Amino acid sequence: MQLLFTILLDGLVYASYLFIVAAGLTIIFGVMKILNVAHGGFYAWGAYTAAYFIGAASEMGLPDWFAFLIIAGSALAVGIVLGLLIERIVLRRLYDHEEILIVLATFGVFLILEDLILLIFGVNPYFAYQPMVALGSVEMGGIFRDVYSLTLFGVALSVAAGSWWMLTRTRWGKLITAVIHDREMALIVGINVRRLFVVTFCAGAVLGALGGAYIAPTVSVAPGFAVDVIVLSFAVVVIGGMGSIPGALIGALLVGLLRALAVHKLPELELFVIFLVMSAVLIVRPEGLFAPAKARKI
Amino acid sequence: MLHAILSDKTVRLTALALLALAAAGLMLPAWVVNNMMFGLARGAAVLGLLVLWRTGLMSFGHGLYFGLGAYAVALSEHWLGLSDFALRILAAILVAVVAGFALGFILRRYRDIFFAMLSLAFSMVLYGILVKTEALGSTDGFSVSQTTFLGWAPEGKQVLFTAIITVCLALAVLVQMYLRSTLGRLTTAIRDNEIRVEYLGYSVARAIHIKYVISAALAGGAGGMMAMALGQVDPDSMVYWTVSGELVFITIMAGPGSVLAPFIGAIIFEFLRTYAFEIAPHAWQLIVGGTLLLIIFFLPGGIWSLLERIPFFRRLRHD
Repeated sequence: MQLLFTILLDGLVYASYLFIVAAGLTIIFGVMKILNVAHGGFYAWGAYTAAYFIGAASEMGLPDWFAFLIIAGSALAVGIVLGLLIERIVLRRLYDHEEILIVLATFGVFLILEDLILLIFGVNPYFAYQPMVALGSVEMGGIFRDVYSLTLFGVALSVAAGSWWMLTRTRWGKLITAVIHDREMALIVGINVRRLFVVTFCAGAVLGALGGAYIAPTVSVAPGFAVDVIVLSFAVVVIGGMGSIPGALIGALLVGLLRALAVHKLPELELFVIFLVMSAVLIVRPEGLFAPAKARKI
Repeated sequence: MLHAILSDKTVRLTALALLALAAAGLMLPAWVVNNMMFGLARGAAVLGLLVLWRTGLMSFGHGLYFGLGAYAVALSEHWLGLSDFALRILAAILVAVVAGFALGFILRRYRDIFFAMLSLAFSMVLYGILVKTEALGSTDGFSVSQTTFLGWAPEGKQVLFTAIITVCLALAVLVQMYLRSTLGRLTTAIRDNEIRVEYLGYSVARAIHIKYVISAALAGGAGGMMAMALGQVDPDSMVYWTVSGELVFITIMAGPGSVLAPFIGAIIFEFLRTYAFEIAPHAWQLIVGGTLLLIIFFLPGGIWSLLERIPFFRRLRHD
């Protein structure tokens, strides 16, 4: 019983941050039809920036709550700066290229971002556990969890609610929905699709960086730690349906819980289980479980 | 038929280039020969990706077949005691063909990134199985003993090098013949418009399935050669997604212009890596990523399109 509870809790924590990262990925795909491998780079940059400044702030003796400002600030700064740069320098040249080539270009960007981290931050891991220690831990049903991990639920839920509100209740959201639905039609009725692309890409990048920045205090931020996450958030997005936020939510829950189950019961099957589920979903429903229905065009 | 093969300029050039390489192998230092062997083996797998790429399909999981071929060599030695070159190559290709034929029924329904992602998922499933199964060597893998030729175990690597060159030549010629056949010429047509190809009376699904099996066979044979050249197989260096990623990178870098391009690209890649690790050990990914972007931006036809600026190479295209 206690094990079941642990698995559930671990799974939900994991699902929360997978969702934050995957939401960014899926929004970018929905609007721009780009599978953005560089997302892993945003994640890693968010984590490194946050870890670096949290460490610096604690050395300067700033209060612990300041770390949360740093996390939010790093996510925004990294997402907007990298998002603008990459959209302008790389993607803008490639919008009329084949999808696969754009994927490969973003893969190239990912590799470059990874090595830039090595060059700028060095090879040693960064630790930024101060906010986690500050919040302490709490006993739930006989097991101890750090409060910090639990706040992830709140962040994930706000991202879910926020993006739902953005997409359905604001002017920008409605424009974006129109572009997701039919890009050419949106262009014809006078929507500035290029500008929407920039906004979407930056918003997605901020979410990717937020995932990294928020997870930074709970792990050792070391080179190459983004690779696992990017592969898993691809699985989330593919399972849920590319371009669908509710899909990303369901996919994240599924992958998060499955992974927690595998870690506790069959640790050797962790990656295997997730890719097996991904293959199965792709075989049965190639577009993913929750992909919006599309009209066939000839 | 034989005449058609021998009069094909690309075939002649490939034969000439590889024969020159074999002759050079007698004089080159061991590490260069090693790098060449790795390059040729990887080149055969890239040739498999080229066959798919001409249709606009890209597999992000060809490490699956590369790994199956490599493990076929290792396990046939481990279980059956095989060490003969020809038998090893055949085992590697056979295993890859069987797997490619089976998975082809699923993959032929997919295009674009879905094709790429599903291939990736399949290859990672194999990776997971290999890493977690003690009987299959787990993370350590197996060492592969010296390759023999009809019972003869030659000294040094020169004979293996020559044998690998021969296999690569045979594979390149076969692929060139395939690309020139009706089925092969459908390649570009499918890329341009599948529905029209269907109206012409051809089955697109079948054409892609055949193409996929050919591509799997090439990657399998490549994996087998790699296992023999390296003398070692393990999941990380044969199946992991980074292996597939390297193959995709070389495909783009080399360009789809000719069956010779994958081998040139793969050999360049091998030497690039050797030197990069010496000169700038922390910048390898930067180099790969930067090259990838530059090629996509400025040289969509890859290295081969540079060669095609020379009239001699340009004439090959209309052959």
